[in-house]
Amino acid sequence: MKGLITMDDLTNEDIHSILADAERLLPIARGEAYLPLLQGKILGNLFFEPSTRTRMSFETAMKRLGGDVVNLGDVKTSSVVKGETLFDTIQMVDGYTDIIAMRHPRQGAARYAQDAARVPILNGGDGAGHHPTQTMLDLFTIQQSHGTLEGLTVILAGDLRYGRTVHSLSHALVRFGCRLIFASPELLRMPAEIVEDLREHGADVTETEDLLGNINQADVVYMTRIQKERFADEDEYAKVAGAYKLHARDLDNAKSEMVILHPLPRVDEIHPSVDSTRHARYFEQAFNGVVARMALLCRLLNIEVPTEIAGGDA
Amino acid sequence: MADEHNMRRVTAIKNGTVIDHIPSGQALKVLELLSLSGDTSVPVSLVMNVPSKKMGSKDIIKVEDRELTQSELDRLALVAPDSSIAIIRAYSVAEKLNVNLGDEVRNVVRCTFSNCITQNPREPLAHRLRVTKTDPLTLRCHYCQRPQDLDELIHNLL
Repeated sequence: MKGLITMDDLTNEDIHSILADAERLLPIARGEAYLPLLQGKILGNLFFEPSTRTRMSFETAMKRLGGDVVNLGDVKTSSVVKGETLFDTIQMVDGYTDIIAMRHPRQGAARYAQDAARVPILNGGDGAGHHPTQTMLDLFTIQQSHGTLEGLTVILAGDLRYGRTVHSLSHALVRFGCRLIFASPELLRMPAEIVEDLREHGADVTETEDLLGNINQADVVYMTRIQKERFADEDEYAKVAGAYKLHARDLDNAKSEMVILHPLPRVDEIHPSVDSTRHARYFEQAFNGVVARMALLCRLLNIEVPTEIAGGDA
Repeated sequence: MADEHNMRRVTAIKNGTVIDHIPSGQALKVLELLSLSGDTSVPVSLVMNVPSKKMGSKDIIKVEDRELTQSELDRLALVAPDSSIAIIRAYSVAEKLNVNLGDEVRNVVRCTFSNCITQNPREPLAHRLRVTKTDPLTLRCHYCQRPQDLDELIHNLL
């Protein structure tokens, strides 16, 4: 494996072993232990699109492991605005760093960058394409909650059309035999070619507009934000989006071990009353972004994570 | 007999290339693919919708005084993957060629997805479409992985 562009770059065995590394790195991510595994290594953070969590968690992951980070900075003041091609930008950063994390508005940009680069590329989102490091932290959180990734029933809800996190996650879950329920407004359905792909891989996929009526079957409910600007007018948005808002009272019939995830930021789709229920896992999920990215940085830089790490109870 | 009759519909060529067994109605696309549609220096004869034992009906193209290369002919895979090609020298068949699709179509067409990274014409890496199925022909962009619409693809020739 050179870089991580889509989940297809990882075998199921790779996924299990990276998640096991992440588990062992938890005390370091929490700041309870210090282990400079990546000392002397430099991460290039190339975010051509705004990002808070992904960029910060990459930076935190690198620094917790003793490594350093250089940032592209604001795209508006960088060489990109002068018309530099992605190819040229990558040539430059490739010479400065040992590994690159990038997000780009155009689909396929990460694969393109990997073909142009000598160092590994970590895809932090390319257009409506893939977001595999988010998928790894989602899988980590699901495994933490259920002790397994196998055979779960997972509802993915909200904007399934443009939400790249749900595209990568669906592909990964199907590889572990999960049953998928896609709950979305008609306008924001999972792209047909993705549903087709998943079914070709033997997936059990149900498409519905009814989120609340299916919650009692779920082991995991993965919520996403529905953006107003996807709709022609605000009335239509208000009419549709209401059906994809979770309130604590909607969870009465949920399985006791069911967990709710969200890639964040949330707006109205999860009411604050859900935060104090046993189902809420989205803040742990955001924290897990650091530990999952620590494990991925080590893997792509060929740094072995020790089997025993002192300083924590993980 | 039918094939012989078809070949006589247009004059036999002395030197050049004959592309036979093009699916009916696709000959104009083939000319476009081979960049012959705007080329006025080469005599080209076209026969369309003639009977064929193998295909029911077919198109034939004859290009005079020009021997198409294998890499030019491989472009035909997009619309006429089963066509048969003969290089003609002094009125007789000197060489027979087949279209070779391979597992990737490289630098022939641009991905049809409007938000693909390859839409920036200044990006220098090769345009690459992976062949994921041959029957029916299914292509996906190597970079953005979007499946390609073959009818649209023909307008994206490089």
